[in-house]
Amino acid sequence: MLVYAIQRIGLSILILITSMVMLFTALRMIPGDPATIMLGSRATAAMRARITEQLGLDDPVLVQLGTFFGRILQGNLGTDMWSQRPVSQMVLENLPYTLVLIGVGLGWAALIGIPLGCYSAIRRNSLIDRLTGVISVGTISIPSFVVAIYMILLFAIILGWLPVIGAGDVGDRGDQALHLIMPGFALGLGWVGYLSRIVRASMLEVMGDNHIRTARAFGLPEFRIIKSYALRIAILPTITLLAVAIGGLLSSAVFVEAIFARPGIGKLIVDAANMRNFPVVQGGVLTTVALFALTMPVADLLVAWLDPRVRATL
Amino acid sequence: MGLMGLILVLIVVFCGIFGPWITPFDPYKINVPDKFQAPSLHHIMGTDNLGRDVFSRVIAGSRIALSVGVSTIAIALVLGLTLGLIAGYGPRWLDNLLLLIFDSIYSFPTVILGLTVVTLLGASVATLMFVVIVIQTPAYARLTRTATLSLKNSEYIEAIESLGASKARIIGVHLLPNVVGPLLIIASMDIPSVVALEAGLTYLGMGIPPPAPSWGRILQEGFGLIRVAPWIVVAGGIPLIITTLGFTFLGESLRDNLDPRLRRVV
Repeated sequence: MLVYAIQRIGLSILILITSMVMLFTALRMIPGDPATIMLGSRATAAMRARITEQLGLDDPVLVQLGTFFGRILQGNLGTDMWSQRPVSQMVLENLPYTLVLIGVGLGWAALIGIPLGCYSAIRRNSLIDRLTGVISVGTISIPSFVVAIYMILLFAIILGWLPVIGAGDVGDRGDQALHLIMPGFALGLGWVGYLSRIVRASMLEVMGDNHIRTARAFGLPEFRIIKSYALRIAILPTITLLAVAIGGLLSSAVFVEAIFARPGIGKLIVDAANMRNFPVVQGGVLTTVALFALTMPVADLLVAWLDPRVRATL
Repeated sequence: MGLMGLILVLIVVFCGIFGPWITPFDPYKINVPDKFQAPSLHHIMGTDNLGRDVFSRVIAGSRIALSVGVSTIAIALVLGLTLGLIAGYGPRWLDNLLLLIFDSIYSFPTVILGLTVVTLLGASVATLMFVVIVIQTPAYARLTRTATLSLKNSEYIEAIESLGASKARIIGVHLLPNVVGPLLIIASMDIPSVVALEAGLTYLGMGIPPPAPSWGRILQEGFGLIRVAPWIVVAGGIPLIITTLGFTFLGESLRDNLDPRLRRVV
């Protein structure tokens, strides 16, 4: 178990380092002066000189790479050239919003997807099962920004039920929760399909297992068998799926945050990208990559820890 | 489901090919006196803030979406096949190096990778295509690599090796044809996600520049006018839903019917 954990985390760290090197080289591989690319053509010579000095762009490349890693290890993601604020501070301010949004999105997906998949597996080939099959494919393929825009049109503009813009008043939890319903749903809808499919498939597999037959032979009520004996195992593959999903969710969060004008890491990156403000984009991207790269081993370990059958093989 | 998918895909492809001949109005023609017309028999999907016919723009958008989608996937496919064959058949160290690079690219959430590249290179059609190619190539390369590895030790490759065939010949003549089939189906199933990515990045103002009627652009312009002219966003979303649903339905049923083995690969 320990060896497995170390291997898994080691690989993630290696991937993380490679992605950082790629980000580092990307800026320097582009023709033209990096200071001009970072600041745009409107920058003055003094600003260019300052960023060149701040980032050590005149140093040898390997020295720059060393400083780059050194700074990141100290939690220093650089300085925003326009507001002069540390990028790490901006990231930390925005990250909680995105994490909460993703959490709510996954909550929606689980709330709809798991019961749907479970029911489809138990009533196999019923009308609902077939309908779920079609709906799953549908929700998987329709882009989240289309869902978000249509929801705004229906629930905010035509019906006027829900607020559209922002994340709600600071300190007012009810208002903030209200501002999370639509963005969360738009984000989570795509995963309803994945979840229901995977729960259905693994439920079908588990329902044929010996321990289910034994439970039936003991005369346990069907609901209890499904809830305590089948679903408990059938739900495990969803954890691995959800870890892979983090990447997709972070991508969708960019759109959802931009459309709902919610603060968050996605909106931070979009706004910075629009101004071609590279230090902020770089800081935001590094954070999301780290989040993604580190969730995968955590999920693998979580599954190993939760499932005694997997634990035994390690 | 497959039939419905086929019909939807045919509609989109038809609009993509014959678009210029079937649009009732010029999608670029500005006609301010006719602005903000609600959908009617004359303008099926209404007009936008510049009086342009939304229906014509939606149809013209299908050519943009399909040409970007198909061309980038084709390029990514060729690159991915080449790199995957090299990784699978080449030396071990090269395999490990390529895998690490693929996995690192993979660890960037797609849209965020796109935004990074756009920040560095500036928004244009070329940048957009570059982004899609960078995102798609590792996926195809990885699949090709897996398939190559499983074929590498098969008897017929061993036989041809002992006959003294060159590595290039083994890769090109004996491995490639066996790898390419399943990959083509998977690649065609990626068309909707690439179309969505194009529309999404354009929506964020980082894809195809105006006035080209990309579906993402129609949505973006319509979103700003959602209270005045809600029909624009409705019209901008419909083709995206048709395209993504159509290709996905068609791809799923093709996959299930043609090759049950593929289900395990995907």
